[in-house]
Amino acid sequence: MVVIESTSVQPLINAIEKADSPERLIGAVRALAMARSEAGIPVLIKVLGYNNPGAAVVAVNGLVQMGAVAVQPLLVLLDDYNYGARAWAIRALVMIADPRALDVLLSAAMTDFAPSVRRAATKGLGMLQWQLLPEAQVTAAQFRVLEVLLAIAQDSDWSIRYAAVVGLQALATGSMRPEWLSQISATFQQMAETESDLAVQARVYRAIG
Amino acid sequence: MLESSPGQPSNMPPVESSEGGSLTVEQAIANLTHPDLSLRYYAAWWLGKFRVSEPAAIDALIVALEDESDRTELGGYPLRRNAARALGKLSDRRAVSGLVRCLACEDFYVREAAAQSLGTLGDPICIPDLLWLLQDGVEAARPVSGRPHLAQPCEALVEALGLLAPGTEWQPEAIARIQPFLSHPVDRLQYATTRAMYQLTHETVYGDRLIQALAASDINLRRVALSDLGAIGYLPAADAIASSAAENSFKLFSLKGLLERQVREATPLSEAAIKVMDLMDSLL
Repeated sequence: MVVIESTSVQPLINAIEKADSPERLIGAVRALAMARSEAGIPVLIKVLGYNNPGAAVVAVNGLVQMGAVAVQPLLVLLDDYNYGARAWAIRALVMIADPRALDVLLSAAMTDFAPSVRRAATKGLGMLQWQLLPEAQVTAAQFRVLEVLLAIAQDSDWSIRYAAVVGLQALATGSMRPEWLSQISATFQQMAETESDLAVQARVYRAIG
Repeated sequence: MLESSPGQPSNMPPVESSEGGSLTVEQAIANLTHPDLSLRYYAAWWLGKFRVSEPAAIDALIVALEDESDRTELGGYPLRRNAARALGKLSDRRAVSGLVRCLACEDFYVREAAAQSLGTLGDPICIPDLLWLLQDGVEAARPVSGRPHLAQPCEALVEALGLLAPGTEWQPEAIARIQPFLSHPVDRLQYATTRAMYQLTHETVYGDRLIQALAASDINLRRVALSDLGAIGYLPAADAIASSAAENSFKLFSLKGLLERQVREATPLSEAAIKVMDLMDSLL
């Protein structure tokens, strides 16, 4: 990763603050994202709260390209009062897939009031890079994720159930205990028979293969 | 309210609500004739919100469609409006004849709610009554001075006809009546008409027009276009939906409409269905 001096990104940060149109904002965010400066990370996270989906997508991609170094700031700066910003930050964490996000993702998936946040976290729980955890912690972490995803698969909101299927399918592709794999496949079989929502049912068929 | 996405069903159990305290189904039904008019109004909304479709609720709401006690200063009928909206959510076709009578109500918003609910209840018997409200042609879509609406609830009428008229004997007349609205200055009416024309003709020109509407400069119009494309399940729009400048929730709900149409008409695992699911996965 190319890291440039923080002083040299200051003009890029200023350009974001001065942007007076959505197009200029997106351009300025793109420039900062391309600089890949650690000093720019808090600014990219702030952009997630601007209620501008175009700029948010660019900022998320920038944060994801920074990778592991963006994880701690994303966790610390998670916006408890703006669910739009929170959903984008969770999506960035999900794409980076660093298991340090596990607790944040578990609580977002279970208890956030915003469906967009819950969907993003639910999908992401299945996609963490378990190999980054100390080996002794992997089994316990996977078990927590499995329990939460199985519970979320019963949610009353179709979109949350859809996300749970995506999360469980991803979880099942990692290496895990055989009895958990059969638990996931039993859940899918049951959902295939009882799921009332056509879109979720189709997603279950796909997961079963 | 970005999170109250289009078409999102309310599956919450009838236990409590943040406004007005908790109700039971029996209380809500009883409250429809409560001396306190605000409790009647609230009860009608509540029964629809929590999808209380038991016969006693339907009967009481049908009676409320004729309510004379609850009036606004401008002569509107608030309870009738809420009862008409609720009945559209409760899937009981016994409500159809009462709703058809509401189409003649002097209150615009009662007519609008009735037209919407008749569309969702799916009984084509009301089509001549819907068409009748459009008999004045473009006059029906003339703005009423001093009021924030047109002479008739054209958007709701057009959408209901798009849902009900395809494949019926009234299809040609429905097309003739609504086609002039394709160039109406109110964008939402244009979109509703475009959507209904697609449902009535299956011509791709209408689906493509809604794809173009995804580039509208107003985010609210883009959201309407997303919802319309989902409603018609227009598969060629999949990529344009996924990359449109709107919140993921709206795009996800729109793509759900495409996926459901694929699943109904082909198989759950057709190539097209899998492509739509890939796009949906990426929007979670």
